[in-house]
Amino acid sequence: MSNSPAKRSIKAIWFVAPIVAILLLVVMRSFLGNQSARAGEKLYAQHCAQCHGANGEGYLKLYPPLAGADYLAKFSETLPCLIRNGAQQPMVVNGVTYRQAMPGNAALSDDNIRSILNYINSSWGNELPPVTYKEVRELLEGCE
Amino acid sequence: MKNALFAGLILASILFGCKNDTTQEPRKLPYMGLGEIVEKTVDGKTVSDTLPYTVPGFRFVDQDSSTITEAVVENKVYVADFFFTSCPTICPIMKKEMKRVHDAFLEDDRIKILSHSLDPEYDTVGVLRTYAEDLGVDSRRWHLMTGPKDSIYYMAKQYMVSAMEDENAPGGYVHSGAFILVDQQRRIRGYYDGTSPEEVDQMIREIPQLFDE
Repeated sequence: MSNSPAKRSIKAIWFVAPIVAILLLVVMRSFLGNQSARAGEKLYAQHCAQCHGANGEGYLKLYPPLAGADYLAKFSETLPCLIRNGAQQPMVVNGVTYRQAMPGNAALSDDNIRSILNYINSSWGNELPPVTYKEVRELLEGCE
Repeated sequence: MKNALFAGLILASILFGCKNDTTQEPRKLPYMGLGEIVEKTVDGKTVSDTLPYTVPGFRFVDQDSSTITEAVVENKVYVADFFFTSCPTICPIMKKEMKRVHDAFLEDDRIKILSHSLDPEYDTVGVLRTYAEDLGVDSRRWHLMTGPKDSIYYMAKQYMVSAMEDENAPGGYVHSGAFILVDQQRRIRGYYDGTSPEEVDQMIREIPQLFDE
C-alpha cells in the first residue's frame, strides 16, 4: 500500500526536479545572453545606426566611426555617460576631430546602455572586453 | 505541347517585359496641391481654369550668412526639406540621402537644394556652417537655412509637410522626412521619402524632366 503509484511519482519528482531546475537555468542563461546580444543589436539599429552607420562606419566628417575606433578603448569609462547624455565638445577619433554635438539618449535604461556597449565592443572587428551591468551602473551614477 | 506553350508564354512575357521597360515613357510629373480656380474670357465666353498651386516667397539666411529668398531659385528646379542639426532620428539619413542629390547635380546650376532648420535658435549660421563643412556641402548648390521660427513653420505648412515641436519626441521636434521637388515656377511636382534610397534614386532620375519642360 505504501508504494502506491501516486506516492512513487511524488518520489520521482524529488529526483527529477533539481535536474530540471538546473537545465532550466542553463537554458535561460544562454537564452538571456542571446537576448542581451540581440537586444544590443536592435537598440543599436534604433538609436545609433542613423548617424554611425549600420556597420559602425561613421559618415564623412559629421559622425565618427565606431568600427576600429581608438576612442572606445581610450575612453571606455566615459562611454556609458556619453551614450546617455551626448556630448557638446569636439571628439578626436583615430586622429580626426569631429565637431558635431552628439544628442543624448535619455530614454535608454542602464541595461540598454550595457547591451549597446557590448554590441559595439564586439562588432565589426572590435574586440573589446564586455562590460558588466554593475560596471555600467556605477559609471552611470557618476555622470555629470 | 503544353510545355512548349508554357515556355513560349514565359519567353513572350520576358520579351514583352523588357520591351516595356526600355520604351516606357517617363511619367509626367504631376502638379501637387490645391490650385487656384480663375475665370477668364476666351472668344467672348467665360471659362474657368485651374492654376497649379505655387509656393509663396520666403526670406532666410544660409550657412554663409547669405540671404536666401525666392529670387535665388528663380527659374531653377529645387528640392526642399526640413531638418535640424541635432536631430537624432531621421535627419541623419535624410542628410546622407540629400548629399547624394547634391553630388549628382554638383555642377548643374539649374538646380538648388533648400534645407530649412526646424530648430533655428540652436541652428545658428555658425552651427549650420560647421555642419555644412563637415557634410562637404557646396554653397552654390545647397543652402542650409535658418530664420525666424514662425517663418520656417509657415513655410512647412506652405510645402504641405508636417513639422511641430514636441517635447516628448527625440530631439524635441517631429517632422516629415519628405523631399519636396519644386519646379522653375515654384510649383510642387513631387514628394519623395528622404529616408528611402529607392525614392531618392527615383527623384534623381525624374529631376531632369523638369529641365526639358
